[in-house]
Amino acid sequence: MLRRVLTVWRRSIQARVVVTTVLLSALAVSAVGWLLLQQVRDGLLQHRVDAVLAESATEVADARDRLSAASSVDVDASGQQRDLVEPIIQRGATRGFDVVMAGPINRDGENPGGRIADGGAEFSPGLDTASVPVRLEDHFARRDGTAWTYTTIRSTDGDTVTSVPGIVVGSQVELPADGLTYVLYFLYPLNEEQETLGLVTRALLAAGALLLLLVAGVTWLVTRQVVTPIRLARQVAERLAAGQLQERLRVHGEDDLARLAISFNQMASNLQRQIRQLEELSRVQRRFTSDVSHELRTPLTTVRMAGDVLHDARGRFDPAASRAAELLQTELDRFERLLVDLLEISRFDAGAAVLETDDVNLVDVVHRVVDAAQPLARKRGVEVAVRAPDRPCLAEADVRRVERILRNLVANAIDHAAAPPTPGVPAIVVSVDADDQAAAVAVRDYGVGLAPGESAMVFNRFWRADPARDRSSGGTGLGLAISLEDTHLHGGWLQAWGRPGGGAQFRLTLPRRVGGPLHHSPLPLVPTDAGERVS
Amino acid sequence: MSTTVDPGTKGRILVVDDDASLAEMLSIVLRQEGFDSELCGRGDEAMATFRDYRPDLVLLDLMLPGLDGIEVCKQIRAESGVPIVMLTAKGDTVDVVVGLESGADDYVVKPFKPKELVARIRARMRKFDDADSEALAIGDLVIDVAGHTVTRDGSPIALTPLEFDLLVCLARKPHQVFSREILLEQVWGYRHAADTRLVNVHVQRLRSKVEHDPENPEIVVTVRGVGYKAGSQ
Repeated sequence: MLRRVLTVWRRSIQARVVVTTVLLSALAVSAVGWLLLQQVRDGLLQHRVDAVLAESATEVADARDRLSAASSVDVDASGQQRDLVEPIIQRGATRGFDVVMAGPINRDGENPGGRIADGGAEFSPGLDTASVPVRLEDHFARRDGTAWTYTTIRSTDGDTVTSVPGIVVGSQVELPADGLTYVLYFLYPLNEEQETLGLVTRALLAAGALLLLLVAGVTWLVTRQVVTPIRLARQVAERLAAGQLQERLRVHGEDDLARLAISFNQMASNLQRQIRQLEELSRVQRRFTSDVSHELRTPLTTVRMAGDVLHDARGRFDPAASRAAELLQTELDRFERLLVDLLEISRFDAGAAVLETDDVNLVDVVHRVVDAAQPLARKRGVEVAVRAPDRPCLAEADVRRVERILRNLVANAIDHAAAPPTPGVPAIVVSVDADDQAAAVAVRDYGVGLAPGESAMVFNRFWRADPARDRSSGGTGLGLAISLEDTHLHGGWLQAWGRPGGGAQFRLTLPRRVGGPLHHSPLPLVPTDAGERVS
Repeated sequence: MSTTVDPGTKGRILVVDDDASLAEMLSIVLRQEGFDSELCGRGDEAMATFRDYRPDLVLLDLMLPGLDGIEVCKQIRAESGVPIVMLTAKGDTVDVVVGLESGADDYVVKPFKPKELVARIRARMRKFDDADSEALAIGDLVIDVAGHTVTRDGSPIALTPLEFDLLVCLARKPHQVFSREILLEQVWGYRHAADTRLVNVHVQRLRSKVEHDPENPEIVVTVRGVGYKAGSQ
C-alpha cells in the first residue's frame, strides 16, 4: 500500500502538485484563521470587559450612595453588610452576574483578613466562592481601588455543578458601621462570548475546509490541463521510440502546449526524415556493395584464369616472363583475398550480414580448421595441437562464420609463432571448452606477443604490429576485423591477450544461444602458463 | 563416363555467361582440361543451345540478359537432370539458396580458381564406382545402381544424377549417420568443408521426390545436430 502511494507520488506530477498546493494552502489558511480568531476573541472580550467594568462601577457607586445615605451608627457591621449586598445579589440574579462580598480587611494587623475563606462573606446563592481567584484577593489585601481578572465561575444548582469562564471585578467599599473596608466581587459569566467564539471558529473551520477543497480541485484541473498533453506527448514519444515514426501529436489552439506539440511534431518529422535518409543510404550502400562485388568479380575471374593459364605455361617462357607470370599469380591471390575481405567488411558496415545458425560442435570445427591449417604449419615447421574435452562443445552459431573466425586465428598464430620455448611442446595450442551458457576456443602461441595496449588494436582494420614486418602468410589486414564483426553478430566476445616475448592468446567466446546472455567464458583469457614462459 | 562423349574429349560443357571474355577464358581452360565446350551469351537463347548441344554439364551464370539464370536453371531441370554448376558473383545466402533450390547441383563463387572450377566439374561428372550391379533398398524404394534408376512399386522416380548419388550414398550404409561435411566430401567431392547449405537444399529436393510426406520424412531422416541417415525400414 505504502509502496503504491510512493509510486503514485513519484510517477504523477499531478498528485505531487495537488498535494503540495493543498498542504501549503492549509498552512496559509490555518495561519489566517488563527489570526482572525485572535482578533475576534480579543474584540469580544474587550467589549465585554468594558461593559462589565461600567456596570460594576455603577453598582459600586450605587452601593456607596446607599451607604452614605445610611451612614448612621445604628446597626452592626454584618447587618449593614447584608443590607448592602442583598439588593445587589438580587439585581445580579436578574441581570446574570454573581456577587461576593468578602469580610473586612484589616491592613494594620498581622493578618490582613478580607479572605472569603475566612468566613463572613455574603454571596449569591449556589456560587462557589473559590471562583474568586486568590491572586485578586491578595491584590486587595495590599491595594485599594478597582481590579479585574479572568476566572472560571463554578456554581452549584441542586446537584449539578456548572463551570463557565468569566470575568471577576473587585471593588472596595467602606462600611460606616465598623469603618472597615470590604471588597465587593462581581462575577460576570462569558458564556455568550464563548458561544460566539465557538460559532466563529466553526464557521472559519468550515470555510477553511471548503477553501482547501476548492484549491485542491482547481489545482487538479489546472495540472490536468498541463499534464494531459504531456502524457499524450509521452505516449507518442514512446511509440516513436518503438519505431512507429509516422506517429504525431494533435495540435489544438496556439498556446504553449500547442507550440510544444508543434515542436515535438517537427522533431519527429526531422527524425523520420533522417532515419529514412539513413535507411536509404544503407540500402544504396548495400546495393553498391553488391554491384561492385559483381562488377569486380567477373573481370577478376577472367584475369585470374588467364593468370593461371600463363602460370601453368611459364616453363615455356623466357626467365623474365616466367617470373612475371609467377608474380602475377601470387599478387592475384592477394588481390582476390583483399577484395573478398573488403566486400565482407562493407557488408558488415551496411548491416547486410545475416546469421544462419545451427547447433555447432566447436570441437569438430576446431579439428577441421586445424587439419586444414596443417600444410601451412608444416611448411613453417610449427606444430599445432588441439586440447578439447571428450564431450561436444555446443553453441548455436553460423558454422561458416565461426570457421572463418577460427581459420583467421589459427593462421594468425602460425604467422606469429616462434620456435617452441621448450622442445617437444607444440608452438600453438588450440583449446576448446564449453558449459551450459557458453562455448569458447582459445588459440595460444608463443611468438613475439603483444605490447601493452596492442591487444585492443589488433582488431583494427589494416593494423600492423610492426609496420616493417611482412605478412608472410599473405593476410589482408582485415582478417581480425572481420572475425570481430562475425563474433559480434553472434553476440559473443573476441578478445586478445599478449605479453612482449610471452606470446599471445586469442579467445573466442560464443553464447550457448545466439544473443543469449554472456557473463563469463569457459576458458581464461590469460593463459595459465602466462607466467612460466616469460624469460 | 557418359555415353554421349565425343571421342577424344572428357565431356561436353555448355557455358552460359554474358561476359564474353570470361566465357572465352573458360572455354580455353576447359579445352586445356580436355573438355569440349559451347558458349551462350543470352539467357533466352540458353534453352535452344542446350537442346542443340546436349551437354554433359552446364556452367550457368546467374545474371544473364534476356532471361534470368534462375529461370534458365528451372527450364533445364524441367526436361533434364544434367548437372548444373552455378557461377555466381554473390556469395550471399539468398542468391545461393535460390539458385540451389531452382535446381543447380553446385555453385562456384567468382572469382574462382580454374583448378577449383575443374574440380567441381570433375566431381559432378564423376560417377559412383558402378563395378558391381548391386540393387539397394531404402524404405520402400528399390535402387538399381548400375541402371541408375530408382523405383517404387515398379514405377520409376526421376532423380537428377546428384540426387541419385546422394540417395545411393545414404542407402549403401543404412545405419550410418552422415554428417553434412561427410556428404559434401562423398557426394560433391569437396576435400575440405564447404557450404553445408548445399546438403540441406538437396536433401529437401530429394525428399520432395522420394518421400510420401516430405514434412515427415521416412527415407532420408534428419539426425538433429549430426546430419542425415537412411530410413530405418
